[in-house]
Amino acid sequence: MAQVRTYVRPMGGWWRRNPFFVRYMIREASCVFLAIYTVILLVGLFRLSQGESAYESWRAALVSPVSIVFHWVALLTVSYHAYTWWKVSPKTAPDIRVAGRPLPDLVIAAGGWLATIGASVLIYLLVRWL
Amino acid sequence: MADTRTIEIEVLRYNPEKGGEPHFQSFQVPFSDDTSVLQGLQYIKDHLDGSLTFRWSCRMAICGSCGKMVNGVPELSCHKFLREYYPGKVRIEPLNHFPVLRDLVIDQTDFFEKKLPSIKPYVVPKEEKPVSAGTYVQTPQQFHKYYQYSQCINCLLCYAACPQYGLKPDFTGPAALALLHRYNADSRDRGWEERAELLNAEEGVWGCTLVGYCSEVCPKHVDPAHAINQNKVNSTMDYFGVRKLLMPKGGG
Amino acid sequence: MKRSHEPIFWSLFGAGGVLSALVAPILILITGIITPIGLWMPPQALDYARVLGFAQHWLGKLILLAVISLFLFHAAHRIYHGLHDIGVHAGTGAMIASYGGALLGTVVAAYLLLAIGF
Repeated sequence: MAQVRTYVRPMGGWWRRNPFFVRYMIREASCVFLAIYTVILLVGLFRLSQGESAYESWRAALVSPVSIVFHWVALLTVSYHAYTWWKVSPKTAPDIRVAGRPLPDLVIAAGGWLATIGASVLIYLLVRWL
Repeated sequence: MADTRTIEIEVLRYNPEKGGEPHFQSFQVPFSDDTSVLQGLQYIKDHLDGSLTFRWSCRMAICGSCGKMVNGVPELSCHKFLREYYPGKVRIEPLNHFPVLRDLVIDQTDFFEKKLPSIKPYVVPKEEKPVSAGTYVQTPQQFHKYYQYSQCINCLLCYAACPQYGLKPDFTGPAALALLHRYNADSRDRGWEERAELLNAEEGVWGCTLVGYCSEVCPKHVDPAHAINQNKVNSTMDYFGVRKLLMPKGGG
Repeated sequence: MKRSHEPIFWSLFGAGGVLSALVAPILILITGIITPIGLWMPPQALDYARVLGFAQHWLGKLILLAVISLFLFHAAHRIYHGLHDIGVHAGTGAMIASYGGALLGTVVAAYLLLAIGF
């Protein structure tokens, strides 16, 4: 057969073509906010190691509007990460069967969501009252 | 028919003899409640433009040959009705990520001649038995370990849904990796070792970033994303040398 | 075909993904929002003496190191693959920048936790 001249479509901007891919990219991009937040924690640890006044100036910086706005955005994106992490967790889970039937994906995901809520309440109470 | 309405169908046209860029061509197609998207295309070919080229066969979502992008979503065109899109228009393109041969026909060579054979899509038994020794028996529990993954009809909707296949054509892709798991998970099969090189490679399960759209579009609920990501765990255990301790047989 | 070393990075990514899915939202809320503005959490909750005590305890050190290191490795993995997704094929450079950054953060955190003492 003679070589047929096929047309290969470009991939540029593929993630804008489907809402499913847009949500995937938001999920992946959440890590940027998580990384920045972790660097803020690391800076806090550094300031803690320098003594009380250094640590207090780090805390003062956290009250600035820029910091508060950043943390709100980080909270939203990282919460979306938590939501999606458990939502896709059934895909990585082994084939779990109860009475011969596969455990519904929603049950596995709901277990993760409940674990996040439980851990959050526990940490809040520990920081608040311990 | 009294209940006939008219819908606009836009179809991507590409002529390899002319080359160049594909373009959309618009058709007005009468339809009723039970007209499938495929029947819409057939109406165009029969009444409006006989040169329109597309694949189809069974018309009942089992042969897997009529996959198209319908309004940007990979679908079996016999499995969707025009009424679902009315009064909007329907835009039909060839399945994404494959080279276009003509109009809505894609080049499937990569899947059928490279990807599918590469996973050894057959049971590799521990030892060959003569027919006189009887059949390989299997319990219903063992059967259900792989049954879902054996439902693949090779329609390639999952490849059209997988951006990683579009970005890295060497990636083995959802359907072939789901079939790899289908055989590894079969109690009669001892082919883990033979399939491990591919599975453990970048071209194997590690090319996947769990977009998860493959499992959404699969018309047979094969769930390729589950097959692949379970095997990231298996591949990781294999990498650190603990797979044999935990699963002496092989796959899931 | 070459065996992928992805299991190492994927394990760290997965561990960081689980840990961050469990605790990152509440940590961001506590350290970044409600304690600084003093709503639902008294500012004393993150006082110097209290936080120092936490960082000096062996369990506190372990928690801080796990959080910082695994969050960074989780993010590094997604940044590395995300660059590929948007068509930036930076290869080894991207790998060193992302995972190397996470490793550097881990080493710095471990050093600081040791420097803070017991």
